[in-house]
Amino acid sequence: MKNYLFELKEGLIIAFRAIRSNKIRAALTTLGIVIGVTSVVLMATAIRGIDTSFKEGISSLGADVLYIDKWAWFSNEDWWKIRKRKNIRIEEYEEFKNLIKLPKAVAPTLWIINKVKRDDKNIENVFVTGTTSDYLSTTNFSFSAGRFFTDVESRGSRYTAVLGSEIAESLFPRESAIDREIKVGDVTYRVIGVLEKQGSFILGNFNPDKQVYVPIGTIFKHFISDRIRSITINVRAQNPDMVEATKEEATAVMRKVRGLEFGEENDFSVNQQEGLTTNYDQTVGVISIAGYFITGLSLFVGAIGIMNIMFVSVKERTKEIGIRKAIGAKRRTILAQFLIESSLICLLGGLIGLLLAVLLSQLMAQFLPTTIQVDIVMIAIGISLLTGIIAGFAPAYTASKLDPVEALRYE
Amino acid sequence: MTIINIEHIAKIYQVGSEQVHALRDVTLKIDKNEYVAIMGPSGSGKSTLMNMLGCLDTPTHGLYQFNGKNVSQMNDNDLATIRNKEIGFVFQTFNLLPRSDALHNVELPLIYAGVSSSERKDRAYEALKSVGLADRVHHKPNELSGGQKQRVAIARALVTKPSLILADEPTGNLDSKTGEEIMELFNNIYEQGNTIILVTHEEYIAEHAVRIIRIKDGLIEKDEAVKRRYIPNSVSKNINTVGTV
Ligand SMILES: Nc1ncnc2c1ncn2[C@@H]1O[C@H](COP(=O)(O)OP(=O)(O)O)[C@@H](O)[C@H]1O
Ligand SMILES: [Mg+2]
Repeated sequence: MKNYLFELKEGLIIAFRAIRSNKIRAALTTLGIVIGVTSVVLMATAIRGIDTSFKEGISSLGADVLYIDKWAWFSNEDWWKIRKRKNIRIEEYEEFKNLIKLPKAVAPTLWIINKVKRDDKNIENVFVTGTTSDYLSTTNFSFSAGRFFTDVESRGSRYTAVLGSEIAESLFPRESAIDREIKVGDVTYRVIGVLEKQGSFILGNFNPDKQVYVPIGTIFKHFISDRIRSITINVRAQNPDMVEATKEEATAVMRKVRGLEFGEENDFSVNQQEGLTTNYDQTVGVISIAGYFITGLSLFVGAIGIMNIMFVSVKERTKEIGIRKAIGAKRRTILAQFLIESSLICLLGGLIGLLLAVLLSQLMAQFLPTTIQVDIVMIAIGISLLTGIIAGFAPAYTASKLDPVEALRYE
Repeated sequence: MTIINIEHIAKIYQVGSEQVHALRDVTLKIDKNEYVAIMGPSGSGKSTLMNMLGCLDTPTHGLYQFNGKNVSQMNDNDLATIRNKEIGFVFQTFNLLPRSDALHNVELPLIYAGVSSSERKDRAYEALKSVGLADRVHHKPNELSGGQKQRVAIARALVTKPSLILADEPTGNLDSKTGEEIMELFNNIYEQGNTIILVTHEEYIAEHAVRIIRIKDGLIEKDEAVKRRYIPNSVSKNINTVGTV
């Protein structure tokens, strides 16, 4: 045991000395590992960032919310058949709401994309969702100022608006938006509430932070009719365990509302975030496999470089190996010596790569909610060491097998 | 006590389709505290024999017993252990590690023997002192003269207190005056009770030993005691004061 420790220490001394006496070569060799580790770490961090923001986004949608829609989010059904479905109308929603028992809340939604402005500030392509006061109970929204519209306001189609945090920030930087006026297209609304930041990057424009909520009646009146575009009915179950039962009830009630005969196919879809998650997992799974493969490839190229330089190193130090063997170094000692050297080179490369990745991830943090986490750091260090051991093995093994007599004669 | 017992040893190298008989049929015994010179012309098999004796190589045929242990059949690991603990090598070209200072070079066999760091340093320093290099411990080989390098190599050979010191043409790369000083050092080491085998092709160097084994074409030609042994006219018997070169 003692021997191993001394040999390890000797191995480290030799390795440091070898690297120091060949600084430029070591630096060039390490470059491959640096690039490899940097890209692997950034890749992992990016994927994690996308993951986090998606999961955040999806949870703001709520695991317990069903979306009754003309369209199926994910379906193998014929698109043309779906297209021919009747629109879901607001009257159907009213009937549905009266019949259904299980849900915690149901609300109709219909969104448009329009310009939102306030005085000289305006934002193009904002998602403006028309809904009712019930909508609030289908979400987990909290407010940084004001409130959602009331039943009276939504029934009366009052020109009241609730702003997502980013919209409020853009239109009313450093001032309160409450009771101020904004325009959606040419229609003037009064701001009655501002949402707290939900922070869900992946949902893009569906992100509540980037939306404006108004009573659905005002949408029908000024922008689009439910004759032309189907509304969506958001149904929130009492709790996640009730989702399946709620889905069954909602389907049955909706069939009744739509006047479907027994045996007729549903002419609507009950969508769920779960489908989104599965779909996301598949997509991101493929992307990350491709990403890890490509970044892994750069690490592989780096490893080849290390292997190459270690072979050169063994060749150059044949005589030294002979001397060490003559005075009692065993095979494993020589093997360990070169493995330590290649691991050390890779470890140095890995650490530099990590440092670079940390710096670059600061840039990435601008558009992805992510930071390099401890486990990724550990994995990166582990990968560097492993690369060193794998890349160094063949050269080290060659060195350990050298015949001492031959090695001593080598000039 | 017999340290080396070799019976009918042969070493055959395969060079292409040809077989080179470096050693044909060598039988010899060497006892503790002998001072033996192995002599012969170039290509006679001296180095091959020395590699065999030093457990750097194993014979193609024959028996080799070292301190009663049969080493002709040992594996690499066991041979490494014997080299480490029982044998001290001194080479014509010194064979020091160029990037390590004298102290570390001398420490090296002790590292492989698993000796603790402080004990290692002490023993390496003592060994360097005994060859007259107490003031050169932190010099790198390229900062030392040829004679000094060979002294470091001798210190490295002595530091493990081996049962056998093997020197292959130790004066071959030195001028005659320095060579003589190294031979003086060997004489002192011998007189302290060590066993030395010296390989040389120079009659004059061989006569420093007590016994000469002459080989030719891989066979022992003659094995005899030196009639008029050349004993270096040491300045003093105390090797600690052997003049530094
Ligand atoms: N590794 C080897 N492969 C082939 N032939 C060798 C090898 N080593 C030594 N020989 C041959 O064996 C003979 C003895 O060599 P060596 O022991 O080196 O002689 P010396 O040291 O007396 O000059 C020579 O003919 C040499 O060419
Ligand atoms: Mg020779």
